[in-house]
Amino acid sequence: MTFRDEGIEDTLLQTIAAGRKCLVPYITGGFDGYLEAISAAAEAGADAIEIGIPFSDPVMDGPTIQAANDIALSSGVTPLQIINEVASLDVDIPLAVMTYYNVVYRFGLERFAANLSEAKISGVILPDLPLIEANSWKNAADTENREAILFAAPTTTQEHLKKVCEETRGFVYAVGLLGITGARKELAESAKIIASRCKEITEKPVLVGVGIGTPDQAAEVSKVSDGCIVGSALVQKLLDGGGAEAVGQLVSEFRSALDND
Amino acid sequence: MAMTDPLDNGRFGNFGGMFVPETLIPACQELEKAFREAWGSEEFRNKLSALLKDYAGRPSPITECERISDELGYKVLLKREDLNHTGSHKINNVLGQALLAKRMGKSRLVAETGAGQHGVATATAAALFGMDCVVYMGEVDIERQKLNVFRMRLLGAEVRPALSGSRTLKDAINEAMRDWVATVEESHYCLGSVMGPHPYPWMVREFHRVIGLEAYSQCQDILGSTPDVVTACVGGGSNALGIFSGFVDTDAELVGVEPAGGAAVARGIPGVVHGSLSYLLQDEWGQVLEAESISAGLDYPGIGPEHAHLAETGRARYEKVNDKEVVDAFQLLARTEGIIPALEPAHALAWMSREREYLSGKTVLLNLSGRGDKDAIQMMEVLG
Repeated sequence: MTFRDEGIEDTLLQTIAAGRKCLVPYITGGFDGYLEAISAAAEAGADAIEIGIPFSDPVMDGPTIQAANDIALSSGVTPLQIINEVASLDVDIPLAVMTYYNVVYRFGLERFAANLSEAKISGVILPDLPLIEANSWKNAADTENREAILFAAPTTTQEHLKKVCEETRGFVYAVGLLGITGARKELAESAKIIASRCKEITEKPVLVGVGIGTPDQAAEVSKVSDGCIVGSALVQKLLDGGGAEAVGQLVSEFRSALDND
Repeated sequence: MAMTDPLDNGRFGNFGGMFVPETLIPACQELEKAFREAWGSEEFRNKLSALLKDYAGRPSPITECERISDELGYKVLLKREDLNHTGSHKINNVLGQALLAKRMGKSRLVAETGAGQHGVATATAAALFGMDCVVYMGEVDIERQKLNVFRMRLLGAEVRPALSGSRTLKDAINEAMRDWVATVEESHYCLGSVMGPHPYPWMVREFHRVIGLEAYSQCQDILGSTPDVVTACVGGGSNALGIFSGFVDTDAELVGVEPAGGAAVARGIPGVVHGSLSYLLQDEWGQVLEAESISAGLDYPGIGPEHAHLAETGRARYEKVNDKEVVDAFQLLARTEGIIPALEPAHALAWMSREREYLSGKTVLLNLSGRGDKDAIQMMEVLG
């Protein structure tokens, strides 16, 4: 058995038990060179990788990821193609896909989960599927032993936060700020607050995403959280034409910042 | 069946729901609670009624149309929402939501707009209540509805272009939702149709129920009965639900008319976008397709979830018309009745014009949801 089959939650818990912080880079699937970028990110020390499946109406995403999303979509890439390409990728850390609910709904919940299972993609992140609407999907994911990763937002009430932390699998995706994905100049106050609220009530890994754009911000938030998700800063490297090399370089900078702190 | 409150999970039958990022869940729940309280409050109802009467000009009349009735061969009644302040039915919903937002302590209104009617209505309400207002509008629509863009700015609103995707109404909604995610504490998202996450489809329909209530009693006065057919155009579907709500418990046939290039119901594929599960134009992978219509106000790939429910249960039926039929109907009403309709309700009239044989001998009530001034420049180009 490889790490890739082991699941995100177990893998991250081992990282945490070893006294390290978790780093989960996000790469837009279907974007030119994305498979190489995933491999580069894995080699540079990612603990798991989140692969975006582009959707026509990504309401949780800011300009950077929207731009990569539009470019990938205009190349005609399909969700199944991305899943199949990732399936054959030789990467030995757990993987997740991030997309929007209609992609899964149209694919068929059971069929989507089964395809991910075959492709050895462990986790699924659906930012427009809140816990109160997630029952059918969670059942389908559970059946295939896929990890349905849920969100905790700065606005989430304490009562609801407990449910999110109980129901999520893989990790708690703690939203760092009120807003959409994208790098910001400063780490938002809300990032540490939501991380700390989650840490108080769960033993599951708590990772902060949205608004983590620099290694310093990653290190800062990870003083409270178990690590972070980095998306737009890496996708910007792809948009700038830096390719896998630039992605790998930036991931290793995040890795060092998390390890040295 | 009646058009009642949605189920506890925000559903009309199988459709609806609250498919929004977790960040917005508390805001949707808070809005539902606030609306439920306000709608049950006599004070709120009286305030809104007074505004609708003294500011918006309600009740809107029903006009019995002799010349077009002669032309079509059956009796035609028009519910004159075009005579409301700001020129369409949109003001009913906007005054309701702005009053509610104020009651909730919000200082800023965010809205999306397609043709610009809802944007103008929202900007109007924001000016009236002294609130900040940002309206998102697709770059393509900004170009084809310049007059409404100017009107919004004149009213003190900031118009921001939606530059991604198809750069039309659906992308303006995406931008408005992104804004709301970031400003949810001070902003109210003033959604313009019976779509989006619960409680919007229900709340917006309730704010437009006044159309149906008035029309029902006006028909009793004029006809001594209900019309045989009640028809309205459907994009998201707010004006249609407004008028349908007055007749859903009668024997009247309810007909919604979609643009052929949209026709979410006719294609009948369920999907989830912008917060609810409904019928949706999409490809085999769930990517949302662009609707195409001569009318920016109907350029929406989905339809309100309650319409999906009315279609599924068979209480309403949904027909489609092409742009050519719409242009003909637009001119027909102008020439026979001296009323220049908006391109949106011209869709319903186009269906009426095509179905003369079926409608022969019947009485048809059309919700004339808006006036055509905004479309004059575009039609000048089309008609040469």
